Amino acid sequence: MPDNVTWLGTPAFPEAARTALGNNQLRTNLRKATGTIRDKRLAVTGELADWEQLRDAGAALKLRTLRHLDSHLVRLEEAVTKAGGTVHWAADAAEANRIVTELVRATGQTEVVKVKSMATAEIGLNEALAESGISAYETDLAELIVQLGDDRPSHILVPAIHRNRAEIREIFRGAMGEWGRAAPDDLTDEPRDLAEAARLHLREKFLRAKVAVSGANFAAADTGTVGVVESEGNGRMCLTLPETLITVMGIEKVLPSFADLEVFLQLLPRSSTGERMNPYTSMWTGTTEGDGPSDFHLVLLDNGRTATLGDEVGRQALGCIRCSACLNVCPVYERTGGHAYGSVYPGPIGAVLTPQLVGVADKQAASLPFASTLCGACYDACPVKINIPEVLVHLRARAVDEKRGPVPSPETLVMKAAAMTLSSPRRLGWAQRFGAIGGRLVSRGGRIGRLPGPLKRWSDTRDTPVPARESFRAWWQRTRGEGRS
Amino acid sequence: MRIALFITCFNDTMFPDTGKAVVRLLERLGHTVDFPAGQACCGQMHFNTGYRREAKPMVGRFAEAFAGYEAVVTPSGSCAGMVRDYHKVLDPEVDPPPVYELSELLVDVLGVTDVGAYFPHRVTYHPTCHSLRMLRVGDKPLKLLRAVRGIDLVELPAAESCCGFGGTFALKNADTSDAMLADKMRHVQSTGAEVLTAGDNSCLMHIGGGLSRLRTGVGTRHLAEILAAQEGDA
Amino acid sequence: MTEHANDKAGTSAPVTAGGAPAARATILGRIRTALADVPASEQPDDVEVPRDYARSHAGSDHVALFAERVADYRATVTRARAREARKVIAGSLSARGVKSLVVPDGFPADLLPDENGLAVLTDEPPLSVRTLDAAGGVLTTCAVGIAVTGTIVLDAGPGQGRRALTLLPDYHLCIVRSSQIAEDVPEALERLEPTRPLTFISGPSATSDIELDRVEGVHGPRTLDVVIIEEP
Repeated sequence: MPDNVTWLGTPAFPEAARTALGNNQLRTNLRKATGTIRDKRLAVTGELADWEQLRDAGAALKLRTLRHLDSHLVRLEEAVTKAGGTVHWAADAAEANRIVTELVRATGQTEVVKVKSMATAEIGLNEALAESGISAYETDLAELIVQLGDDRPSHILVPAIHRNRAEIREIFRGAMGEWGRAAPDDLTDEPRDLAEAARLHLREKFLRAKVAVSGANFAAADTGTVGVVESEGNGRMCLTLPETLITVMGIEKVLPSFADLEVFLQLLPRSSTGERMNPYTSMWTGTTEGDGPSDFHLVLLDNGRTATLGDEVGRQALGCIRCSACLNVCPVYERTGGHAYGSVYPGPIGAVLTPQLVGVADKQAASLPFASTLCGACYDACPVKINIPEVLVHLRARAVDEKRGPVPSPETLVMKAAAMTLSSPRRLGWAQRFGAIGGRLVSRGGRIGRLPGPLKRWSDTRDTPVPARESFRAWWQRTRGEGRS
Repeated sequence: MRIALFITCFNDTMFPDTGKAVVRLLERLGHTVDFPAGQACCGQMHFNTGYRREAKPMVGRFAEAFAGYEAVVTPSGSCAGMVRDYHKVLDPEVDPPPVYELSELLVDVLGVTDVGAYFPHRVTYHPTCHSLRMLRVGDKPLKLLRAVRGIDLVELPAAESCCGFGGTFALKNADTSDAMLADKMRHVQSTGAEVLTAGDNSCLMHIGGGLSRLRTGVGTRHLAEILAAQEGDA
Repeated sequence: MTEHANDKAGTSAPVTAGGAPAARATILGRIRTALADVPASEQPDDVEVPRDYARSHAGSDHVALFAERVADYRATVTRARAREARKVIAGSLSARGVKSLVVPDGFPADLLPDENGLAVLTDEPPLSVRTLDAAGGVLTTCAVGIAVTGTIVLDAGPGQGRRALTLLPDYHLCIVRSSQIAEDVPEALERLEPTRPLTFISGPSATSDIELDRVEGVHGPRTLDVVIIEEP
C-alpha cells in the first residue's frame, strides 16, 4: 500500500547495518554530527526549568489530537476552505501523487520547487512527477546534497548527515552544472562557501518558480493556519514567491488549536537543531490577496496512518513532530546511520513508525523493531514523550506473532524450550546442572571461547564465563536448607 | 526487615556469587533474607524478544512465588524494570510484589549509603540503561560506591551510552552490538580501572567478555560484590 | 469520534478539484474504525492537557533579554530612544553601504532617513522579484518580538509589507518598539492574529546541514540588523 516508506531491495537491518558499519568515513561523520547536536540540545533544553512540564503538555496535546482525529480534520478542512484554500484527501501514496501531478499539470508548468518534506519523500512524489515530465527541485541544502548526489536521505532533519564537507564539495562540483548553475571552480569545502554555492544555484530557480510543493509541520484546526519550520529561507522562498502552493501533510499533523503552538514552538526547535528558535517559521491561512500564492492546495495524506492509529499502543508514534532528537541520541543510529533502516524514517522513531505504516508482514520492516538495545535514550529525548521502547517491544510481539505458523521456526523452538525451562524452578535446576557440566567441557581456564551455531557471533568477540558449578539455588538449599516454595 | 531475594535465572545460573554477596550484605546490615524457592524467571528475555505468549506464565509464577513480601530485592536493574513496568502489561490480573534493584533498596528503603565495605581497588562504574532510564536509580549506586573504604572510584567517559548488549540484540544484531561494545571498552580502558562494576551482570558479561578476549586485564564485579567486600576478604 | 464530527463529515463534503470525495469518506471511516476504543461520549477537550508549564521564561528585564537573544544569532542589535531612532537607522544603513532600500507602505515617515544618495523603493505598484533581489536592503517594522527566543514576528501589516519584501533583499533592518516585545512564546501567540501571513524570524538565515554546524547566511537575508526603540 504505501509506496516509498521503505526502499525496495534494502536487506533486513542486521545485514544493512553490517555494510554501514564497514564504512569508517560514515562512522566518523556520524559520531561528530550526533555529538555536536546532542550537546546543543542539552544546553537549550536545560535552560527551561519546566522542560518536563512542556513535554507533558506536548504529549497530552498529541493524545487529544489523535483520539479525535476525524473531528479535527473536518474542522481543519472547513477553516482552510473558508480562507480560500482547497483541501484534498489521499488514502494512499498513489492517490496523493496523482492529485499533486494533476494540480501541477493544470498550471501548465513543468518545474516545481520543493521545501524539504517527509511526507512527499514517503510517497515518492519526485519520482512520480518525473514520470509525468515534471522536474522537482529540492531546495533544502541537505536535500539538495542528496538529490545532486543521487543518494538517499539518512536523517529526518539533516538528510545528508552521512556526508562530510569534503564529500559535499565533490558532489556540488560534479553535479550542480547538470541541474542548473554550476558550482564555482574554486569552491572550497568551507561550510560557508558550500552554502553560498547552494544560494547561487537555487536563486534562479526560486525567482522563476510558479509552483511549489511543501510539507507542513502543523495545521491548526480552528483557524486553518498551516506552518513550516525551517532554517535557510528556502521554505519562505517556496511558500511566498510562486503562484501555486501545494502542501502535502500527514493527517496526524493537525493540531486542535492555534494556541497549542505555544507548546510546540518551544519543544520543536530546542529538540531539533538545539536552538531556542529556528531561523524561520512561516504560517499561512488559505490565501492572502496580493501576498504569496493565489492558489493553495492542502493534500491530507493517510498512507498507513489510520492503520497505525488502530493500534492502541503503537498509535503514540503518530505524535512524532519529526524533530529527530531520538536519532541523535540513539547508540544504534550513531553507529549504523540512517540508510541501514531502509526507510525515509530512520532511527528509533523509524523503527516504530515504518513497520506500522507498511505492516509487519514486510520482512525488512519487521526487522526494524529489533534494531534497538531498548536502552531508552530515545524516550528520554522525545519532546512529546513517545515511549519508543514500549512500542518497540509491542511491535516485536506483533512481528513474532505474524510469523507463527503451523511449523515453528528454529528460533521459536529455542524460545519455547527456554520458556519451558525458565518457567519452572525444578526444570531450571536440572538445566543448571547440565549447563555447568557442558560449560566445563568446552571451557579453558574458566572461560568459554569460540562457540559454533547461533552463539558463534556472540563468541567471536567475547569470552563467556562457565555456568557455575553450583547454582545459587543449589547453594541456598545446601547451606540454608528450608525455604519457601 | 524481612527481604525476599529474587536472584534472577541468569545470576542463579551464571553468577551465584552475586546472590551470595547480596545475602551477606543484607545480613550484615541486620536484615533477614528469604529465598522463595518457587521463583524462576521474570520473563524479560521472552517479552523483549516478542514472545509474549511464552512469557505470560512466568508472570503468574513470579507473583505467586513472592506473594506477601513487602520488599523483594534483585541484583538486576533490567529484571526489576521488567517486573515493575511490564508484568501488568503481560497479565493485567496479577499484582506484582514491590521489587527493588539493590541500590534502590539500600538507599531508598533501608536508608543507608555507607554499608561498611572495603575494596582497595581502582574502580569505574557503568550505569546500565535499564537502571538509569527505566528505574531512574540516578546516582544511588555512586553514593554507595563513594562510601566504600579504600576504593579509587574513577569516572567512566560517556558512561550513559549503552554498552550494546540488549539481550537477544547482541545475537540478532551482532555487528552493531560489537561496534557499541568496542566504544564502551575503549572508554573503560581509558580510565585505567582494574575493575568495572555495574548493577547488572548481563551487561558486565558482555563488556567483560570483550575485555577478557582482548586480554585487557580489566575485571568485572557486580556492585553487590563490591558492597559486600570487607577487610580481610581474600 | 464525536457526534459533532460525524454530523459535519456527513453534510459538508466538498467536491474538490483533484481529490475524489471517496477518499475523504474512506479516510474518515478508517479513523473512526481505528478509534473504536475511544468512548463515543468523549469530546476532544475531555483529554486533559496539563498546563503547568511557565507562561514566560523571561527574567525581570525582558527588553534587555530580547536584545541579548537576538544578538546571540549574530544579528546586530541597537537600542535607541525614540528621538535618536532616525539617526540610528540612518547610521545602520550607511554602515552597511545600502544604496537602494525597499520601504513598505505604512512605514513611519518620521523614522525614514532622508539621506542623499539613498534610493527608496516603494511596493506600489508591486516590485518584481528581480528588482527585490537586486535591492540593497529592506527596512520594516514588525508585529511582535519574543524576548526568550530572540524572535521577530512579521504579520504583513503596515510598515512590513508582503512577505517577499523581507525575503529577497540580502539585508533586513527591522525596527522593534519595546512595547511590542512579548516575554515568551505563549504571550507572543496571544498577541498575533493567526489568519494573517506570519513570519517568525530568529536571526539571519542559517543552516546546520553540513556536519550539524551552524552557518549563517543561505537563502534569506544574510544580514539582520535590529533597532529597538525604547518606549517609556
